[in-house]
Amino acid sequence: MQPDSILTSHPVSATRRQFVRSVIYGGLAFYGLPAFARASKPPLGHVVIVGAGFAGLTAAKYLRAWSMGNLKVTIIEPNPQFISCPQSNLVLGGSRTLDQLSFGYDLSRKQHGLNWVQDSVTAVDLANKQVQLTRGNLSYDRLILAPGVDFNYSKIPGMPATVADIPHAWKAGKQTLQLRQQLESMPDGGVFVMTIPTGAYRCPPGPYERACQVAHYFKQHKPRSKVLILDANADITSKKGLFLQSFNGAYQGIIEYHNNSEILQLDAASKTIKTDFETVKADVLNVIPPQLAGKVTQVAGLNNVDGRWCEVDFVTYASSLQSDVHIIGDSISAGLPKSAHMATSQAKVCAAAIIDLQTGNAPNPLPVFANTCYSFVDDQQAMHVANVYRYDPAKKSMVSAEGGGVSTKATVQEGEYAQAWAKNIWADTLT
Amino acid sequence: MKQVYASMLWACVVAWSLAAQAEDSSATHTLAASCAACHGPNGNSLGGTPTLAALNQDYFVQRMQGFKDGSVSSTVMHHHAKGLTKEEITALASYFAQQPRQTAHALPHQSFLGAQ
Ligand SMILES: Cc1cc2nc3c(=O)[nH]c(=O)nc-3n(C[C@H](O)[C@H](O)[C@H](O)COP(=O)(O)OP(=O)(O)OC[C@H]3O[C@@H](n4cnc5c(N)ncnc54)[C@H](O)[C@@H]3O)c2cc1C
Repeated sequence: MQPDSILTSHPVSATRRQFVRSVIYGGLAFYGLPAFARASKPPLGHVVIVGAGFAGLTAAKYLRAWSMGNLKVTIIEPNPQFISCPQSNLVLGGSRTLDQLSFGYDLSRKQHGLNWVQDSVTAVDLANKQVQLTRGNLSYDRLILAPGVDFNYSKIPGMPATVADIPHAWKAGKQTLQLRQQLESMPDGGVFVMTIPTGAYRCPPGPYERACQVAHYFKQHKPRSKVLILDANADITSKKGLFLQSFNGAYQGIIEYHNNSEILQLDAASKTIKTDFETVKADVLNVIPPQLAGKVTQVAGLNNVDGRWCEVDFVTYASSLQSDVHIIGDSISAGLPKSAHMATSQAKVCAAAIIDLQTGNAPNPLPVFANTCYSFVDDQQAMHVANVYRYDPAKKSMVSAEGGGVSTKATVQEGEYAQAWAKNIWADTLT
Repeated sequence: MKQVYASMLWACVVAWSLAAQAEDSSATHTLAASCAACHGPNGNSLGGTPTLAALNQDYFVQRMQGFKDGSVSSTVMHHHAKGLTKEEITALASYFAQQPRQTAHALPHQSFLGAQ
């Protein structure tokens, strides 16, 4: 492996001032340069990004674009393609295929001149500014960790780490197809049981959206079947009123919601779960496991909030423990919903801040961004939660601005907006 | 002489406005980039939402102020407009007005390879 040999170009003559100007006035115009402009040392240094999900890939694009190619960016990602978690619940409902949610990395890689290493980071040497891959080491000036979430099965009594026929399907891919397959094979009259963990997990409304999608499928194809939600939380954690409209409306008699239903014991062989209140046996069991920051943040020792999430400075997304390591996306502790839109917005603030830091400028002290998150209740209707967030220096956190909120009800029009959201965020991230 | 003064004045105005832009530009282009999730890369929507690139500045402000004060009805945009300041709306209007309209790249769809 020799990632340095596939290095891309950058203008050698750009002075700082020229650079800043071109950032300002160049916008996102094409910033690639012909091969003859190659030089050995990028003027603004080398940023290594771990993970090409929504957060990492977006950071890579904007670091290159806003630095006019003056930063060298290397991405390390083991997967050969990008699979979108957003809309993966629709695969269970039957209105999307996984193929429609699968994308190649090539365009983004070429378009933005990214160095790409298909590998996993296994360790981080913070003192020597190096990451260890399975095939060698790589040095960085700044590191961005964007590994998404890891699962903690040890919190579930009786659940071994991997049970072949109990998928989480909480990272889109094979398990999404497996769960769909299990629903298709389940006889009519069966019970689909989904468990939801306490504490922060990726996509707060995601489980309830999934319940609606499975119920939508049952309603059409297996009308005697049931969806049972065992939620370890005291209540529905997101868009509660809106989801209740569906649970008690279109899916009355199909979806049953039980709160405070932590798993006391799970028997994987019989797919039986015991809670404080009941013992239930599932035909299809979907355990959404308790979550924590991606493994690489754990090996780097940067998951300093309850040993689960990473504390960062919301102006630069630098780890509170290590100023040259930035962490973005689902891995951070932010008190904000872990969503794709949030991950991309954090990535952009982080990219702008890194360019400022590498240029010797002060980053914008008061970042502001938006988040819109749609959930589908069937194949056509969706509803949103939308907010602007701004940095509050006194509280040292991103605080939701006044005026945000949710839809009054799920509609077909919002379903169309939700499709537009997906297309546009995919385009922003992948092109 | 008059002309010299005029051009000096002009130079000052340009320098001042460039400096002003430079000052808030990083904040504005970062905030503007956050709109991309629904409105596409650099305000060039792939469809289903309005393209903001090269949109008339006054129209942008008028719509956003309308969403903000409730005089223009919306499904989602009032939840964003209400959270933005007047200055942010003005800065976004000017930023998007300067962005070129571009045909968006086609999404790099690919069949699922089965690896993950
Ligand atoms: C069912 C479901 C539905 C959802 N729906 C929505 C929605 O409608 N809207 C929305 O906004 N959000 C939604 N989300 C949430 C959204 O998917 C996440 O918030 C988003 O993916 C977070 O981005 P990320 O970059 O932090 O993590 P990811 O997108 O998971 O990316 C992490 C990447 O890092 C790589 N990686 C991990 N470890 C290493 C390592 N050691 N070395 C190298 N690479 C590594 C992984 O392979 C992966 O590609 C949904 C999530 C789920 C599960």
